[in-house]
Amino acid sequence: MFEAHKKIINTEKIAYWIFLVLGVMNVGFVLMICVYLLIAGTPAIVKVGPIDFLFGTTWASTAAQPKFGILPFILTSIYGTIGAIVIGLPLGFFSAVYLAKMASRKVKAVIEPMVDLLAGIPSVVYGFIGMLVLVPGIRALFGLPDGSGLLAAIIVLAIMILPSIIKVSITAIEAVPEEYTLGSLALGANKVETIFRVVVPAARSGISAAVVLGVGRAIGEAMAVMMVAGNAANMPDSLFQSVRFLTTAVASEMSYSSGLQREALFSIALVLFAFIMVINGILNMLLKKGIKR
Amino acid sequence: MKFSKIFGAVMFAAGIAASAQASAGTVSTDGSTSMEKLVGVLSESFMAKNSGINVTYNPTGSGSGIQAATDGRCDIGLSSRALKPAEAEKLEGTTVALDGIVMVVNKQNKVSDLSLEQIAKVYTGEVSNWKELGGADAPIVLIGREAGSGTRDGFESVTGTKEKCKYRQELTSTGDVITTVSQNPNAIGYASLSAVNDSVKGLTVGGVKADEASVKDGSYKLQRPFVYVTLKGKKLSADAQKFFDYSFSDEAKPLFDKAGVVFAK
Repeated sequence: MFEAHKKIINTEKIAYWIFLVLGVMNVGFVLMICVYLLIAGTPAIVKVGPIDFLFGTTWASTAAQPKFGILPFILTSIYGTIGAIVIGLPLGFFSAVYLAKMASRKVKAVIEPMVDLLAGIPSVVYGFIGMLVLVPGIRALFGLPDGSGLLAAIIVLAIMILPSIIKVSITAIEAVPEEYTLGSLALGANKVETIFRVVVPAARSGISAAVVLGVGRAIGEAMAVMMVAGNAANMPDSLFQSVRFLTTAVASEMSYSSGLQREALFSIALVLFAFIMVINGILNMLLKKGIKR
Repeated sequence: MKFSKIFGAVMFAAGIAASAQASAGTVSTDGSTSMEKLVGVLSESFMAKNSGINVTYNPTGSGSGIQAATDGRCDIGLSSRALKPAEAEKLEGTTVALDGIVMVVNKQNKVSDLSLEQIAKVYTGEVSNWKELGGADAPIVLIGREAGSGTRDGFESVTGTKEKCKYRQELTSTGDVITTVSQNPNAIGYASLSAVNDSVKGLTVGGVKADEASVKDGSYKLQRPFVYVTLKGKKLSADAQKFFDYSFSDEAKPLFDKAGVVFAK
């Protein structure tokens, strides 16, 4: 009896330590990545000069007189992400409203797994389909010499962020207490009014979280974008311009890079990391606000 | 499937047997991704004949391969361009194979021949419509590879268009270039001779078709060397020397065809 009691305490202690070690490891990984990126990314920014690096408009990393200005990449990433949200948010949001509040059980049982499947498709597949269907499509539709560019990337990104927007929005909408809906209906509002005047405002913070999550995914995507964006280091001054994103700038040159070029690529990664940190910070704030309320 | 399993098992057994004899050695190669196919077939057949020696290949790119050879991190560095004078001070470059670079266009394109000068003009934007080259009245869409790619470097150095190319798309693999060109009637791109397939049309350069004979005798101008990079004054390990010599032997010659490149010797 006494023995058994002792044994329980021991397993608990062991479990405690195992979980502690696992938890600390997680934190350790994040810290290691942060520290590594800072160490690897800072020298080039210092060598090139922060202003020239962040606001320079020319990127010619392998030229005899190399230029490392990443403003085109920063702007492209921002425009691309905004574009993806502009297209993806209404699509995703209304799909979520439909699935959470209007769809019959049967429809929901078919569509929800499809949305999950969309999230599970590897990004290279999105890129390949973009390359074979979307890029020639844009070329034919707008009568351009070539269809790759910002618009193709935005469309691919918009489709790629749909699953996260839909899933998180559904969760947020379904978390709104049933009494709100019932109360609204009892007061004489119809179904659509109830959804858009009562349920959606109550789920606001969750839906904002979905947007931020979508932004995070869009800004971090590399593979699919690399295959449809054209990747020339141009300023993004038109939707049809061949452009390079922050992610693709790192990914496309990393394998062959050396010296300052390689360091500069790490600096781009650092800038991207900073962007994603800010986005995550906003996400956390929104989620906390949601819980408080 | 079955064969590869048996092969694997045999290799494994051979590996154990060899390691027991203490002659187990590793030959490490590091560098050009363009040379993957060549090094692949060479090392495969070499290892089959010399059980106990393991040839590794690290596809990092020519720049990294040259660096690795300089640092002594590998036995043989692989570069798909000739060494620069600064690099040649410390390193020895031995051309093992020649790779033709083929200009590819969409199958609908009527143009079938360009001179080196025309190619240079096209890629620097001086000539921007297919009409000027005898084709349809359509803008030329320039497809290329990313900065640092061996193929791009080879192409730009042969045509003298370094830093002047006005690419519409910079893609990260030969396969992507060919897919893109096959999808766009206005596009032109470049790719390794070994990678060109039927989905695109290969152009002749100055009237010469890219094939083994024309690359080897130099009449096909758009070509680059595949180079083994070693440290000057440092002797290769016995195993590495064996692999090195094997790559130049008549025995290995048929393998070069298999890799789609031209035997240099």
